[in-house]
Amino acid sequence: MADTTLIAENDILARFPEGVSQDERKGYQGYIVAADRLVEFATALRDEFGYDYLSSVTGVDYLPEGKMEVVYHAYKSTGGGALVFKVQVPREDAVVPSLVGVYKGADFQEREAWDLLGIRFEGHPNLKRILMWEGFAGHPLRKDWKEAYFEEEKKPFDSRWPGGDVYRAEDKNPFGKNVVYPEKFDPEKWTPVGEEGFYGGLRGFDAGDGDEDLKTEQVVVNLGPQHPSTHGVFRMVVSLEGETVVRLEPVMGYLHRNHEKIGERNTYLMNIPFTDRLDYLASMSNNWGYVQAVEKLLGDKAKVPERAEYLRVIMAEFTRIVNHVFAIGTLLNDLGAFFTPMLYALEERELILDIFEAVAGSRMMCNYFRFGGVARDLPPGVYEKMRDLVFERLPRKIDELDRYLTENEIVRARCEGVGVLTPEEAIAYSAAGPVLRASGVPYDVRRADPYGIYDRFDFDVAVRYHGDVYDRYLVRLDEIRQSIRILQQALDDLPEGEIISGKPKYSIRVPAGEAYGRVEGPKGELGFYIVSDGSANPWRYHVRAPSFINLTALGKMCEGDKVADAIIILGSIDIVLGETDR
Amino acid sequence: MYGKGILKGLGVTLKHFIDTYVDDIRMGKSRYGTEKGIAYRSSKDARGIFTVQYPEEKLPTPEEFRFIPFLVYDEGEDGEREIRCTSCGICAKVCPPQCIWIHRSKDPETGRPVPEPAEFFIDVDVCMNCGLCAEFCPFDAIIMDHDYELAVYDRHANNIYDKEKLLKPAEYYKDIRPRNYALQEAARAEKAAKKSAAKARRGKA
Amino acid sequence: MSEELNAKGYEIPPEMRNMVAVTTLDKLYNWGRRYSAWPMMFGLACCAIEMIATAASRFDLSRFGMEIMRPSPRQADVMLVSGTVTKKMVPQIVRLYNQMPEPKYVIAMGACASGGGPFKEGYNVVSGIDKFLPVDVYIPGCPPTPQALLYGLMKLQEMMEKQSIKTVRWYQKEDLPAIPVPILGPDLIDPRDFPEFQVKLAQAADQAQVEE
Repeated sequence: MADTTLIAENDILARFPEGVSQDERKGYQGYIVAADRLVEFATALRDEFGYDYLSSVTGVDYLPEGKMEVVYHAYKSTGGGALVFKVQVPREDAVVPSLVGVYKGADFQEREAWDLLGIRFEGHPNLKRILMWEGFAGHPLRKDWKEAYFEEEKKPFDSRWPGGDVYRAEDKNPFGKNVVYPEKFDPEKWTPVGEEGFYGGLRGFDAGDGDEDLKTEQVVVNLGPQHPSTHGVFRMVVSLEGETVVRLEPVMGYLHRNHEKIGERNTYLMNIPFTDRLDYLASMSNNWGYVQAVEKLLGDKAKVPERAEYLRVIMAEFTRIVNHVFAIGTLLNDLGAFFTPMLYALEERELILDIFEAVAGSRMMCNYFRFGGVARDLPPGVYEKMRDLVFERLPRKIDELDRYLTENEIVRARCEGVGVLTPEEAIAYSAAGPVLRASGVPYDVRRADPYGIYDRFDFDVAVRYHGDVYDRYLVRLDEIRQSIRILQQALDDLPEGEIISGKPKYSIRVPAGEAYGRVEGPKGELGFYIVSDGSANPWRYHVRAPSFINLTALGKMCEGDKVADAIIILGSIDIVLGETDR
Repeated sequence: MYGKGILKGLGVTLKHFIDTYVDDIRMGKSRYGTEKGIAYRSSKDARGIFTVQYPEEKLPTPEEFRFIPFLVYDEGEDGEREIRCTSCGICAKVCPPQCIWIHRSKDPETGRPVPEPAEFFIDVDVCMNCGLCAEFCPFDAIIMDHDYELAVYDRHANNIYDKEKLLKPAEYYKDIRPRNYALQEAARAEKAAKKSAAKARRGKA
Repeated sequence: MSEELNAKGYEIPPEMRNMVAVTTLDKLYNWGRRYSAWPMMFGLACCAIEMIATAASRFDLSRFGMEIMRPSPRQADVMLVSGTVTKKMVPQIVRLYNQMPEPKYVIAMGACASGGGPFKEGYNVVSGIDKFLPVDVYIPGCPPTPQALLYGLMKLQEMMEKQSIKTVRWYQKEDLPAIPVPILGPDLIDPRDFPEFQVKLAQAADQAQVEE
């Protein structure tokens, strides 16, 4: 935190003369840290250099070099650029010390890297698979791992043209399904691992020492994955004492659709429509995050024209409104106000989706951004529609929403003081977006590390200080208002001109290197980490999904609250499973 | 005071309820089943009932709306279908889930490839409606359709669309995307004029 | 209302219209069923959001008698598989389906549920829910718009209309077997594959050899 004088970043090499070196590969940045110095390095980074916010942890499989690399992106919670550091270990025996002790936010991300890449994090308190199930054969993101419907290493597949090979992939699989088993696998000799094995350790939490006579029996209750208020296929296993949550463990992966594996096979352009399906309530923001990362690699070749910059901001802010009204509607649903507030909230969403449909062609899967611009200009009549909404209808309707919800005594009674996250905890758990800002940390990527043309607009970062469910609701309401403010400015200033630099190309080659693009999505910091080897397909494609990482703090927030509150705490984090599980 | 919030909430619902009838009386018959009525219900002034009563009323599809792609053919002078597609394969290359397959035609005598697809398949169960094929087609031969009423009882028999099922006349294209059609026609005419001018110049030389 | 219910060939005197209908038992049975098909409140992925939009103010599912989404499978008639079915989720889906009472219907909403969709090649994706459950209506689209979903639901109503009480499977003498729940092993294992497992594995090995 900002109480002590911090050491400047330039002194890192001086502070660690051994075990830390500059990453000197072309197109790469940051530092390479020896595995045995990692914990010491990270602690110093947090305490001495002020990089207290660990944003992203991921692994890269450098198969040709036989190396496995873990990449960390850390930020200062007061703003500024990233500090990237990496650890390289041999591929076959990939063991890296865990950073959970330093940054709690590394918890789920390390588990994901273990699950998908097979990197073992030594010292991790709970190193289990997170997206796949326990017992699954192999670590799928390793470059030498192939799935059942594997066709070719890279898209476009040669078989599609001009030979044209028509078949459904299942016709070629002996099981007629998307399955592949290890060699010599015999189901009769094999014993299922079972729930116990998959999610072992969920039972028998000790509530601490106490009087044996007074101890009540703890009950383990399973919520989901098919549950009306888990916002999709999300599962929580709660250990209850009476009605009070003793411990809560989120279980996810029920919508893990292998976004990253498919993304590494796609060409750069093909990935844009796939990003739509990450956080399917906010496809425009996802587009932007991804496009931004690739544009960083492309450099000056992809300079975005002025009009496109404005259109990007307009679309991203509309998306934020769409997402937040939906989040507020579902939160009220979770509170038991079944569907009525949702109906009113969705009216505004529908009107904005009409605009998306007219401009981008689809209500939800917009696929609107392109490298160096946007796909289409506004069709006639849409600009006027936008102005009608932004200047007249939305402010009026948001006020109406505010009027009948904010002071409602049931909303206040259920939400105030529930699911509290302190600012220190929020930063430690790498919480992002409204969750972080409701805890009193005024961190918004649009201000802290501006991208696009956000530095031209006049808006406030919405902050609240109690860190409870009610404040998260209020932050969302404030953000809608700020978004309307940005939209009003952007629509007034929207210049004429080109919407994309150069001629749109379907096959682009990206210079070798790495890039991390991040935007302030409606759910929080949405980051895309891309490693290019200079070909038409990314070598590594990773998504720093805010709704996944925000869940790290869920267990902490729910402890001590009632089980009914766990539902609304989850609702207040506002997760979308497409992004959580990817 | 407890209960105030509930009353306030009920008040909002009551207002919606009354607004519906106020508008019903004000607009009369034009409120439902007419273009004007639907446009009003999707405008900034919409209040009261918001429902578009599909299938009696349908929301107007904007021009850019995209669902499943189709192939365009022009009507020749003798009523023959002139397929615009030259089987260049860009759509198959650019398709993110790789759901397009093309067989190229061959001249039956010489065996050389002819710029026309012999077969063209789209697996609708894989297609993600992204519209990249239409965006990058250099011949305006593949266009995103507006027809969304495609539900079927059996996917194995119906959901791999072949050339016959995909082909639709240019008139239809003009119908659903008048603005794009006009723009593209103008561009094509300009191109053709340039070509003939260049030819004439070469002829002179 | 009674006009619709009336069987063809029975003239109702004008003064009795809208009060009396002469009909067959099948028609009455199906008429009652088709306007009270309660979907299960159960969303998987992107399509679920369009399903919510369909149920909400603009498209209003209740016009079809379907607004009562039941969170419990025991009270539901229609399972709307709305989104990508993953291997990790499919045991739960099959279990939910087994818990639904007959008559029950399954709608595969969107490309993913029908045939895997854009994620078909993925290692954790089931390429079509029809690999496990009998699907009645497939709705293409990614995602289908609310109107496309309503069209699919109307197709389902049409299908209900054509069923006869004499031939429907739930009034037959023999018991309807439950669908065996898939097991999560090294990969997804379908218990129905067990008898031929060795043969198929050998086949797979052969094919791999041929391809090499």
